[in-house]
Amino acid sequence: MLILTCPYCGVKAEETELQPGGEAHLKRVGPAGSDDEFEDYMFARKNAKGVHFERWRHAYGCGKWFLAARDTATLQVYGTYSAQTPHPPARIVAAIRDVHPDWQPDWTETAGADAE
Amino acid sequence: MSHTPPFRLARGGRLIDRAFQVPFRFDGRHLRGLQGDSLASALLANGQMLMGRSFKYHRPRGPIASGAEEPNALFGLGQGGRFEPNQRATTTALLPGMMLRSQNCWPSLDADIGAVNSWLSPIFPAGFYYKTFIHPRPFWKHVFEPIIRHSAGLGRAPTDPDPDRYEQAYAHVDTVVVGGGIAGLLAAQRAADQGGSVLVLEQTAIWGGRTPVDHPGGQARIDDLLADLRGRGNVTLRRNTMATGLYDHGYLLAREALADHDPNQGIPRQRLWRIRAGHVVTATGALERPLAFACNDVPGVMLASAVRDMIVDYGVAPGQRVVVVTNNDDAYRTALIAADAGLEVSVIDARRTADGDLPQAARARNIPVLMNTGIAKVKGGRHVEGVVLCDAEGEGKATGGIDCDVVAMSGGWSPVVHLWSHCGGKLTWDEPQAMFRPNPERPPLGADGQGNVSATGAANGDLRCAGDLERAEQPTMPVWCMPRNAPYKLRSKMWLDFQNDVKVSDVELAAREGYASVEHTKRYTTLGMATDQGKVSNINGLAVLSKALNQPIPQTGTTTFRPPYTPLTLATIAADARGEAFQPLRKTPMHDWHARNGASWEPVGHWRRPYCYPKGGEDRHAAVNREILAVRRGVGTLDASTLGKILVKGPDAGRFLDMMYTNMMSTLPVGKCRYGLMCSENGFLMDDGVVVRLTEDSWLCHTTTGGADRIHGHMEDWLQCEWWDWQVYTANLTEQYAQIAIAGPKAREVLERLPGSIDLSQDALPFMTWAEGDIAGIPARVYRISFSGELSYEIAVPTSRGLELWERLHEAGRDLGITPYGTEAMHVMRAEKGFIMIGDETDGTIIPQDLGLGWAISKKKTDYLGKRAQSRSHMKDRSRWQLVGLESLDGRVIPDGAYAVDEGVNPNGQRKTQGRVTSSYHSPTLDRPIAMALVRHGTERMGQVIEFPMPSGEVLKGRICDPVFYDKEGARLNG
Repeated sequence: MLILTCPYCGVKAEETELQPGGEAHLKRVGPAGSDDEFEDYMFARKNAKGVHFERWRHAYGCGKWFLAARDTATLQVYGTYSAQTPHPPARIVAAIRDVHPDWQPDWTETAGADAE
Repeated sequence: MSHTPPFRLARGGRLIDRAFQVPFRFDGRHLRGLQGDSLASALLANGQMLMGRSFKYHRPRGPIASGAEEPNALFGLGQGGRFEPNQRATTTALLPGMMLRSQNCWPSLDADIGAVNSWLSPIFPAGFYYKTFIHPRPFWKHVFEPIIRHSAGLGRAPTDPDPDRYEQAYAHVDTVVVGGGIAGLLAAQRAADQGGSVLVLEQTAIWGGRTPVDHPGGQARIDDLLADLRGRGNVTLRRNTMATGLYDHGYLLAREALADHDPNQGIPRQRLWRIRAGHVVTATGALERPLAFACNDVPGVMLASAVRDMIVDYGVAPGQRVVVVTNNDDAYRTALIAADAGLEVSVIDARRTADGDLPQAARARNIPVLMNTGIAKVKGGRHVEGVVLCDAEGEGKATGGIDCDVVAMSGGWSPVVHLWSHCGGKLTWDEPQAMFRPNPERPPLGADGQGNVSATGAANGDLRCAGDLERAEQPTMPVWCMPRNAPYKLRSKMWLDFQNDVKVSDVELAAREGYASVEHTKRYTTLGMATDQGKVSNINGLAVLSKALNQPIPQTGTTTFRPPYTPLTLATIAADARGEAFQPLRKTPMHDWHARNGASWEPVGHWRRPYCYPKGGEDRHAAVNREILAVRRGVGTLDASTLGKILVKGPDAGRFLDMMYTNMMSTLPVGKCRYGLMCSENGFLMDDGVVVRLTEDSWLCHTTTGGADRIHGHMEDWLQCEWWDWQVYTANLTEQYAQIAIAGPKAREVLERLPGSIDLSQDALPFMTWAEGDIAGIPARVYRISFSGELSYEIAVPTSRGLELWERLHEAGRDLGITPYGTEAMHVMRAEKGFIMIGDETDGTIIPQDLGLGWAISKKKTDYLGKRAQSRSHMKDRSRWQLVGLESLDGRVIPDGAYAVDEGVNPNGQRKTQGRVTSSYHSPTLDRPIAMALVRHGTERMGQVIEFPMPSGEVLKGRICDPVFYDKEGARLNG
C-alpha cells in the first residue's frame, strides 16, 4: 500500500486514508467541444507504465484533493502537489528528471510556471 | 515390511522433553508424543509414515519436508468451530489432546477408494480436465461436474463460526529482519549498530534456523548472538511470526501465532502485524529440492534435511536403513548424523567426484559412497522397501540395489525469494549453484526510488552458513531427471509436484502441446498450484520445462511469486472486524424509539431505517399496507433524518449549483424549494433531492440517504480541482439535523396543535416553500415538500431535539391515529405517484430524459455537468428505453427486474428484450398491482401489452400506462 504525503496537512497518509481519483490534469471539455474532444476527455486515459500524474483525496484526513507524481512501474513517488495547478510544478519535473533525464512533459514548460 | 521400530531414538532430540508425554488422537486412534514434538515427528515416532493421500491419484504419501514447504502431511485439526483443514504436520506443535484427521481419503487413509485414480492415471494426464470431460456434452453438467465438485478441494471447510479471537497490531520499524537464523541475527546486529529500531521475525518457536542442526558449534553461536541482541534497547525479537507478504512502500504483513490450537490461554489466537518497514532484510533461508527419480513419492522418501531434522530435533528415526541420494555435499551431513544415531547408511552421489570435507568425513566413517550413481526406481508401495541403482548418466538399467526403509534425497537448495519478489524484486540465475537468487541490481523500490529490501545468507544464494561458521563445500551438479536419459516409463513415475500429482512426463506433455510459457504450463499441469504453492516443485518443474523446450532455464523464467508465503486464515485478516464491529452503525436520534415500537429494520448505507412497524402479529406486508392507508386517510410520520443535507454557501454558490444540477438553482428565490437532478459528467443520473434557498448566498441541498458523503465528495472534487477560483464553501450537515416528514390529509391539523411561531396555512406556506421559526419550543425549519403525494411537511430541528419533536407530534396526533411509517410505505407511495427512486429507476446508465424528467433540465443554461454527454448520439437515440407505468393484466404483481421480451433472438440465441420492470408493488391505495418499467419507445406505446416470461415458464402480461397511478392532478398535495 502506497504512502503519499498530503501537501495540505503534511500527513504521510497510507493508501487506506486516501480516495483515488484517476489521472490528473485532464482538461474539461464542455458543451462546445466536439464528439472526439469529449470522448478523449471522458474516456481516453494514458494508463502509463512509468511516470504518471494522478489525483488523490485525503478522504479520511483533511478532505483535500491533491496530485501525485508517481512511477507506476517502480512505485517511486516524485512528489505530491496542489490540485490547483494546470501542470506539475518545476520541482516535480526536476525530481522526475533526476531518474529519467530524457523525460519530456506533454505540456509547454514556461519560465516561472512553478506557482506553488 | 521393512519398516520396523524403534522409531524414537534412545538419545538426542534437542527440542523434545522426554519427561513429558503428550496424548493425542489420530483418526480416532490414541497415540502419545513428547513435549516439543511437531505433529510429523510425533506420528513418525509412532511408526506412522503414511500421513496423507495425494490430490489427484490418491497415492499414499508420507512427509517429505520438515518445514512450511511440506506438501503431503496435511491434516484437519480440532473440532466444531475450531476445526481447521490443511494444517501442516511439520510446522504444527503437538499439544495435549489434539485431534488429527486425515484428508482426501475415503473411507480411511489406509483403504482409500479414490486410489483407483492411480490405476486410471493414463486417462488423467496434464490438462485432463480440458480434454477428458468435453464429450459427450450433456455429461459435463450431469455426470462429470457433480463428481469433480465432490472430490475437489483438499480438506473440508469448517461449518461452525470460529469461536476464537484474533487481533491486529501496527508497527513502524526502521529495519525488519525476516528470519531468525544465523544470517538474520547477524543482519539484525549490523542494523542495530546503526542505531535505528530493528524487528526480527522468526517463523518458528526456535531461533537459529538450520545452524544448530548443521554445525557443531552452531547452537553456541546462536546463543551468543541472541544474548547480544536481547541486551540492545533498539531490537525486538518476535518468534512464531510468519512474514507472509511484502507490499508497496515497505508494507509487510506478518502473522504471529499466540495461542494456536490452545484456546485455554484466554488470549487472542493469532495477531496480524501490519508493519511499515524502512528497510526489509530477507534472511529467509533456502528450501531443499527433491530429486526426480521414479517413484520418488513413496512414503519414506524424504528430503535429506528433513531426515536429519527428525533425528537432531526430535530424536526420531524415520527408518533404520537410510539411503542418501544427492548431487551436493550438504546431504552428507544427513549421512553423518544418521550414522551417529546408529542407523545403517549408504550414500548415492550422482556426481563423478566428491572430495570435500563432508564426503571425506563420510568415507572416514566407513559409510559406503557410490559415485556417478542414481536411483532407477524406488521399491515399495505404501512404504520404501529398497532402491534400484543405475548409472546416473544412463537410461536406468539396473546396476544393483539396496534394501532400505528411508531415502534421503537432496537435489540442491533454492533460496526463499518470495518476499523479495512480492513487490517487484527481480531474480538472477546463478549457473554454478543452479538456483535463482535475488538480483542485487534490481531490488524492490521504496517511495524514494531506492531499494528497500536486501537479501542475506542462504536467501541471497550464500549456502555456506553465514558468519564464522563457513565451510568449504564443493559445487552441486544440477540433476533434473535421474538417471539423465530415463525413458518415458520412468519419467511418468517421477513426481515434481507431490500434492497435485504433476510428474516430469506431464510437464513434457505440456511443452509438446505448445505451452511454452511457464505461467501457462503451471495452469495447464497445475504444477505449483497446490496449498504449498510449489515451494518444493517450482525449480525442478521449470528446469524440466526448459529442457523440453530446449532452452536455458533463465529464458524460461519463474512463475510469479504472490503473497501470502504460507496460508493466512481469513479470521486473522478480519480480526476484530466481525459481527457488530464489522462496520459502524449510524443511528438517527429517534432510533431507540423505532426499536421500542417494533421497527423491522432495513440497512440503508451505514444507517438502519425502519422498513415498517409490524403490530400485533402482522407480517411486514400487512404492516406496510396499514401504514400507507393511515397516511392516505389520516396522518403519518417518517424519520427522514438520514437524508443528506449539504450546505452550499458563498458568492459563487448559485453559479456552482447551476453546474451541479441540471436545473437552474441560481434563480430559486429565497424561501423556496426546488426538486433537482444531479448527473455525472458522463450524463447519467446519480442523485436527486430538494434544494432549498436559505439566504441570498446559501442553499441547502438534500441528497438521497446513501448519497450524502458521495455527493459531498463530488461537490468538493469540482470545487477543489476544476473551479478552484470560485468562492464557495460546502458543509455536510447531515448529522446536524433530525428531519421528520409528517404527511397525510390531517398533517396540518396535527402540526397546528403544537404551539409555534410558524404560519402553516396554505396561503402563508404553499407547496415548495419553507419557513423558519419554532415548533413546540424547538427551533425548526419547515419545508412544504412531499414524496408521498399527500399534504406534507418536512421539519428539520437540531439533532438533539429530534426525538422530542417526534414524541410531541405523536402525542398531538394520537386521537387522529397518527402512524409512524417506514421506508417501504414511503417507496410504495412514491411509486403510486410515479416518482422515481435513485437505485430503482436508475442504475448508472439512465439519463433524466429516459425518465420523463426533461422538465427538470434547464434549456437556458449553457453548461452543467452531464450536458455535453447528453448530446452524444446514443444519449439522443430515440429508441432508448423510456419510463412508463405498467398495469398487470391478471392482478398478479410482475416481479421487480423482470424483462419484457421482443420478437426474435439475439446472436447468442436468447430472446430479444424491449424493457424491464424497475419498481413493482401491490398498491393498497388502489388495491391492485402497480409497476414502473423502462420500455423501448414506451411513451409512444400507451395501452400496448408486453410480455414477461417467468423462470417457471408462465408468461405475465403488462399493459403500458402513465406512471402516475394516483391523484394525477395533484389535488391531495394541499390537503
